[in-house]
Amino acid sequence: MLAFIAARVLQAIPVLLIVGLISFALFAYVGDPVLIMLGQDYTAAQRVALEHKLGLDQPFLVQYAQYLWAILHGDFGISYRLARPVGALFVERLPATLELAFTASVFALVVGLPLGVYTGIWRDSWLSRVAMTVSLIGVSLPTFLIGILLILIFAVKLEWLPSFGRGDVVHIGFWTTGFLTLSGLKALVLPAITLGLFQMTLIMRLVRSEMLEVLRTDYIKFARARGISERGIHFGHALKNTLVPVITIVGLQLGAIIAFSLVTETVFQWPGMGLLLVQSINVGDIPVMSAYLMLIAVVFVTINLIVDLLYFAVDPRLRMTRMAAAR
Amino acid sequence: MSDASALEVQAASAATGTLGRLQRAWDSDLAYSFRHSPVAVVSAIIAFVCVASAWGAPWIAPHNPFDLASLDLMAGDQPPAFLSGGTWTYPLGTDNQARDVLSAILYGARISILVGVTAIVFALTVGIVVGLVAGYLGGWVDAALMRLADVQLTFPSILVALLIDGIIKTALPRNLADAVQIYVLIFAIGIARWPQFARTVRGSTLVERGRDYVLAAQVIGLSTPRIMVTHVLPNVLGPVLVLATLNLGLAILDEATLSFLGVGLPSTEPSLGTLIRVGNDYILSGEWWVVIFPGFALVMMVLSVNLLGDWLRDALNPRLR
Repeated sequence: MLAFIAARVLQAIPVLLIVGLISFALFAYVGDPVLIMLGQDYTAAQRVALEHKLGLDQPFLVQYAQYLWAILHGDFGISYRLARPVGALFVERLPATLELAFTASVFALVVGLPLGVYTGIWRDSWLSRVAMTVSLIGVSLPTFLIGILLILIFAVKLEWLPSFGRGDVVHIGFWTTGFLTLSGLKALVLPAITLGLFQMTLIMRLVRSEMLEVLRTDYIKFARARGISERGIHFGHALKNTLVPVITIVGLQLGAIIAFSLVTETVFQWPGMGLLLVQSINVGDIPVMSAYLMLIAVVFVTINLIVDLLYFAVDPRLRMTRMAAAR
Repeated sequence: MSDASALEVQAASAATGTLGRLQRAWDSDLAYSFRHSPVAVVSAIIAFVCVASAWGAPWIAPHNPFDLASLDLMAGDQPPAFLSGGTWTYPLGTDNQARDVLSAILYGARISILVGVTAIVFALTVGIVVGLVAGYLGGWVDAALMRLADVQLTFPSILVALLIDGIIKTALPRNLADAVQIYVLIFAIGIARWPQFARTVRGSTLVERGRDYVLAAQVIGLSTPRIMVTHVLPNVLGPVLVLATLNLGLAILDEATLSFLGVGLPSTEPSLGTLIRVGNDYILSGEWWVVIFPGFALVMMVLSVNLLGDWLRDALNPRLR
């Protein structure tokens, strides 16, 4: 087990170094900070002096090492657009994105899993048919269109829910939360559904097809022969064995949730990381872009690692082969 | 691609029995499977209508939305013809600058399809070259290229496309960036999708490399590039072309998403995504038609391409027969 974890962590390091190199190259070669800082009139000597002061006359690898060192200490540079440290901006924006992603994932699981089980067991009931048709629509609609449609219906026509923003938030230390106020919760509904709908339909379809598969196997017949209740068979025996692919997909889809939170946040003007990135890209704010790249690489590498470890926890059959492969 | 085959099949049905070649096409397994799949036929028709009307936009569009002189500002914000206040001059209504929504959709679909198809062709080319080289040469070249593909596959393609698009545009001088915007977009979307193609081609190349005809070609002393291109390539194309069809819909959606986020095409050269972004600013005032119709066109286009891709994959997969 430990050897497996160690091997996986070691595999992640080159990925992070490559992404770090790209994000450093962005910093170093796109735009010229010296020119910006010197203004219009300067002598060659001033330029050389400033370059020396900023460490820009050092060899490439030394600068790269310094950059990584600064990042490890939470120093991501200063945003061109907002003239504030990128690290502080991220800390400020992170709670909004995490709360949105968390709510969307919970929505996807809480709705998708039971629906998948239901449509798997009673595949011909009318509710199953409705669910499958709706899910087909959910898969085909692009995220931003779902958001716009929800705004049109629930914010413009019915006027039940707000169309943008986060509502009132409560500060708890550096964390801001919208979970504790009514307006915050109301503001969360539409973005969370928009972001989670695709995942929800995916989970539902996956659980359904896995259930159909598992319910045909011999050990389910044996369980029936032993007189175990239908309920016990469905949830104790069948559902458990559908969970391995579900965990993989949910884990890998966390990445998609982060990527599409960009789109959702733009539709709903949600003050999170995604909106910050989109705005920064539109004006060419390099420090924010390169820091986001670095951060997102860490997040994705961590997600992949956790998914691999969860496999381990859920399916004992994998333990032996995986451990052998890791060695 | 699928449109071409659909056309062929339609043409074949018109000329049954007259030409041997068309007859053979009509009798082939693929054409049989196509005729007996209502989903495939319907989506082929929808895709054909989308492509034809987008291609013919300059001739069939009732107005030219980019000809500023022809715009009648008094006709701005008109609802679609079937609502009260709408006229048949503007069947799907107008936006606040009196641009005809239907015409804008036709011109927009043209750009969406153009960008989607070129991006996939680009991704396909890169993927085939990398996959062939990696699979045929093997060794450290293979290890390095596939590791690179793995690293990129860790990230969702839309994120890769967004970052590449943003970085290139920041690195270029402002006026140059505006001029080459559409190429940057094609490059970004294409480069975000090459790893899947490369993996598929590499997989098939690994199988083909050990076959007798490749050994024979090596024995008679053909050069490595020649063997790769004229002997291996034709035999690994099938699966990757199906994958390309399946990816075409996604690439069109990528373009729409990027344009919606404001990093894609500008409103002077609007794709469907740009139309939706611009229209989105007006939905709070109740002008839903400016957003819903382009959105509907986009969904129909993507859905029909996806269903055709699904059908093609199933029809060509011998295990499912």
